[in-house]
Amino acid sequence: MYHKAHEVIKETKEKNCRISDVVLQNESKLTERSAEEIREKVREVLRVMQDAAQSGIDKETKSVSGLIGGNAVKTDQFRKTKQTVCGDVVNRAIARALSSSEVNASMGRIAAMPTAGAAGIVPAAVITAAETINADENAMIDALLTASGVGQLIKKNATISGAEGGCQAECGAGAAMAAAAIVELYGGTPEMAFDAAAIAIKSILGLVCDPVAGLVEVPCSKRNATGVVNAMACADMALAGITSVIPFDEVVDAMYKIGKSLPAALRETSLGGLATTPTGETIRCRLMKGDKDTLF
Amino acid sequence: MSNISVFEIMGPIMIGPSSSHTAGAEKLGKAASSIWGRSFDAVEFYLHGSFAKTYKGHGTDKALVAGILGMSADDERLRDSMNIAESRGIKTDFIEVDLGDVHPNTVKIVIKDKDQLMLTLVGSSIGGGNIIITEVDGSELEISGQYPVIIATHKDTRGMVSKITGVIAEHQLNIATLEVSRESRGETATTVIEIDSAAPDSIINEILQIENVISVRVLNAIE
Repeated sequence: MYHKAHEVIKETKEKNCRISDVVLQNESKLTERSAEEIREKVREVLRVMQDAAQSGIDKETKSVSGLIGGNAVKTDQFRKTKQTVCGDVVNRAIARALSSSEVNASMGRIAAMPTAGAAGIVPAAVITAAETINADENAMIDALLTASGVGQLIKKNATISGAEGGCQAECGAGAAMAAAAIVELYGGTPEMAFDAAAIAIKSILGLVCDPVAGLVEVPCSKRNATGVVNAMACADMALAGITSVIPFDEVVDAMYKIGKSLPAALRETSLGGLATTPTGETIRCRLMKGDKDTLF
Repeated sequence: MSNISVFEIMGPIMIGPSSSHTAGAEKLGKAASSIWGRSFDAVEFYLHGSFAKTYKGHGTDKALVAGILGMSADDERLRDSMNIAESRGIKTDFIEVDLGDVHPNTVKIVIKDKDQLMLTLVGSSIGGGNIIITEVDGSELEISGQYPVIIATHKDTRGMVSKITGVIAEHQLNIATLEVSRESRGETATTVIEIDSAAPDSIINEILQIENVISVRVLNAIE
């Protein structure tokens, strides 16, 4: 069992293995299931993620409220037909993150990672990174195990709930998990993976949870898109040899303390931030009034 | 600090948009219909707090009905649950209420059949698709639905716990937790027993045959 990143790193050194191996061994011990059984269950999760990351690109997907939808299609069309600023790989990842979050908002099937609101980040990162290096399904399963290991540490030492820690605990955790997963996929060391995760969280420390009308739509969907870009940038930095001055474990502690000191209005209650802007309020009032299906 | 599974981070596989507003709501609906255990004609959902304010936008209403119909949290028919309920002749009503000092995502579910028999269940969706059931038929309790539970109301008199657990032991079932509470001395008491494996349907009647037992409800674990 591990509680801190430095313990995970120590174990990977002792056993000369990767983060995903340590996570899998722990899971096997905890659940008394074989490694193969666990990998099969992860495979099931991965397939749900792949579907959700693609179906919003294949077909314009509207949320139940009608407030969001169709942005995954727009991004994909743009990347295919125009000169983009960030390049093809990043735009593929953005389209996938938007797709998962649009599928989620349309009451489609997704896998929470670590939550439903942040469910677009890790799949977009893992699928896109694997695609760029032709990694197979087993490598993606390993990457998801590594991502989950990082998520376990955040849940144990801080929180993955927006109501408790703000968006930094959901999209921030998702980006950190994704960053570590990419680093392992690309053959980086466990230290590099945790450096990438630390930098990802550092980049969004203090991010509040302020959903318009209480829905997992605005700004959540686009934060999934920027979350995966954050993860990819941090992975590249770590792979280039850039380290995090503040170690992962301390960053997580800081994130928790910041979350605790956020006012309740900025922790999923929709009583502050974007939710109470004039536009946010107008949307809420329209949704409260009548049949939501026909409003947007 | 306890060890946690990777599947508390990865998953659940669920119908969006929110683990607390859809997956948790679906579980609460499923818990109610599972305890009821037979067909019914009408269900009323009394929605409190965030459930009351955002249930349409989150599809909490559809998730609750899906749960009542026994669907799982990743069933794509969840979106159409209202129509499915209607086609089965089940009437559903949603009423916004203030249930007092409870969790913001709380619902009171009332299941009725045509003979006016009914079940009431109060529960909250506490995040990540996890639930807590806080009341069944007016008896206050605290169960997570992760373990099968036997809920017996009985007269507050000597030897009741021993007789009830005796039946459970005869079925070779291991007790995980046991809690007894009472309204006041000599009045009605509630015994809530979580067990490690599912209880057979027959156990309800066996416990009901014990003198001074008033009612027995069984909830087998919710996936």
